[in-house]
Amino acid sequence: MLTVNVALRRGAFALQVAFAAPTPGIVAVFGRSGCGKTTLIDILAGLLKPDTGAVRLDDVVLLDTAAGYLLPAERRRIGYVFQDTRLFPHLDVRANLRYGEKRSPARPRTIGFDEVTALLGLAPFLARRPNSLSGGERQRVALGRALLSQPRLLLLDEPLASLDAARRDEVLPYLETLRDRLSIPMIYVSHQFEEVLRLADHVVLIEAGQVVAQGSVDEVSLRPELRAIVGTEAVGAVLEGTITAVEASGLAVLALGQGSLRLPAPGARVGSRARVQLLARDLILATEPAQGLSVRNSIKGEIVDIRAEEHEARLVTVDIGGASVLSRVTSEALESLQLSIGSPVWVLVKAVSMRSHPL
Amino acid sequence: MHDMLGSAELDALRLSLEVATGSVLCSLPVAILVAWLLTRTRFPGRVLFDAVVHLPLVLPPVAVGYLLLLLFGTRGPIGRWLYANFGIELAFSAKGAALATAVMTFPLMVRAIRISLDNVDRGLEAAARTLGAGALDRFATITLPLMLPGILAGIVMAFAAALGEFGAVITFVANIPGETRTLPLALYTAIQTPSGDALAARLAILSISLGLAGLLFAEWLARYIRRRLGR
Repeated sequence: MLTVNVALRRGAFALQVAFAAPTPGIVAVFGRSGCGKTTLIDILAGLLKPDTGAVRLDDVVLLDTAAGYLLPAERRRIGYVFQDTRLFPHLDVRANLRYGEKRSPARPRTIGFDEVTALLGLAPFLARRPNSLSGGERQRVALGRALLSQPRLLLLDEPLASLDAARRDEVLPYLETLRDRLSIPMIYVSHQFEEVLRLADHVVLIEAGQVVAQGSVDEVSLRPELRAIVGTEAVGAVLEGTITAVEASGLAVLALGQGSLRLPAPGARVGSRARVQLLARDLILATEPAQGLSVRNSIKGEIVDIRAEEHEARLVTVDIGGASVLSRVTSEALESLQLSIGSPVWVLVKAVSMRSHPL
Repeated sequence: MHDMLGSAELDALRLSLEVATGSVLCSLPVAILVAWLLTRTRFPGRVLFDAVVHLPLVLPPVAVGYLLLLLFGTRGPIGRWLYANFGIELAFSAKGAALATAVMTFPLMVRAIRISLDNVDRGLEAAARTLGAGALDRFATITLPLMLPGILAGIVMAFAAALGEFGAVITFVANIPGETRTLPLALYTAIQTPSGDALAARLAILSISLGLAGLLFAEWLARYIRRRLGR
């Protein structure tokens, strides 16, 4: 368990963050640029001292201002992957990787040099200087360097933010591999919800230095506070389920609560867990299941909440049995279909509007 | 070489190189420390300290030499203490010439090192910290190597300037052949001598060649290191 409760004031900016997250696992710290995300992880790393607070990782106290205790950054054994990589320009890749490894305690060793180079595909450029690497390669070296310092906790500060889309797709699978293969708790700072969707177990939503919501990814996806950060267009429930079948058509069947979704899931195996986001703008509400439509999914549910949005739009929460989805429709549509809270309803989803992410 | 340069020139050249080397070696660690204090720390009187460090740049060199004579002369407080405890005599010796030269070239060296320290990315030091490196470790493995171009530029600049130091040297340690008569002092003596024209010309050409070589070497070195550091 990672418990954090810190406060810091710098001029007009005030940070006040408290959360508890299970370990190991990936905690996403999500918020807009300038909301205090980097300040928060600088505090966790020990690079910044909060005015008051305490941080505890499993049975290790990292910081407790009430007791006057502060473990210096160099003795925290917290790996930090910086947004700008901060590789040492005067050392080659091998020496960069070894830098933290040499300074880490001899045991326990959770991961070795060969394993890291293999996991991150670093072997081809061990003898090269950081400045001769591409952005994605540099970020992989930075990840490897942090991992080899045998961290108790790994902090990742928007490791993909400085990369273009192609480079991002190159690095993301490595992050997924690390999540699956290693049991190092991670804190992943991001302002891209897709990264959270693909990687995180737990989300802490930060707005102007304050935690506005936290919980599992599916819980947080339903929270209205998220809308202000990701924008109206990106609002949508995240659902997790098990792949129960892969049809001859190539569509996979994902069991969710009492229902199921059919969606493209390339490479999915029966029995594996997957996560999918249903964007509110893509969902259609109907009073009967789809007939004579190209829509592949009809899920039965009940309206549990209706929230007014701008331009006569309504954000409707539908309980589909053990899970909830969000749909954005016009107020006129609700009136003409005579839908209100408590109404039974069918949710229609185009299979191709969804993309599943393996867990 | 011996056909062109007489023993007077060779003596002066050898002495100049010795004095310049000694002065650079003595001032380097202090210059790094002072550059660090001025760049990375805040303490009361920092501005005054900064001014004092740069004072030799604006003072008449003769004044610096005179101050050294007062402090480090045989009867000066520091000079007497050094002689009593270590048997070191600075006045009228090559060691004294190195000290006077070190004081005069100190601001040049501090300036070059300071600029390079300013350019060291503090983020890299923070990264080293998260990787388990303590303060001294970080300085030795990250900060110092990254400062290297500035340090070497400072050394070469100070060395080139040291070869030409005149006023402070002649005031503090006088003009003793073979002991304190460096190139500029030998040049000055030759000019003062009725038949010294040819010697003066040879010494002047020697000084110009050394200075030029020093500056060109500094430039080449800076480029080489920038390339090595990958910038």
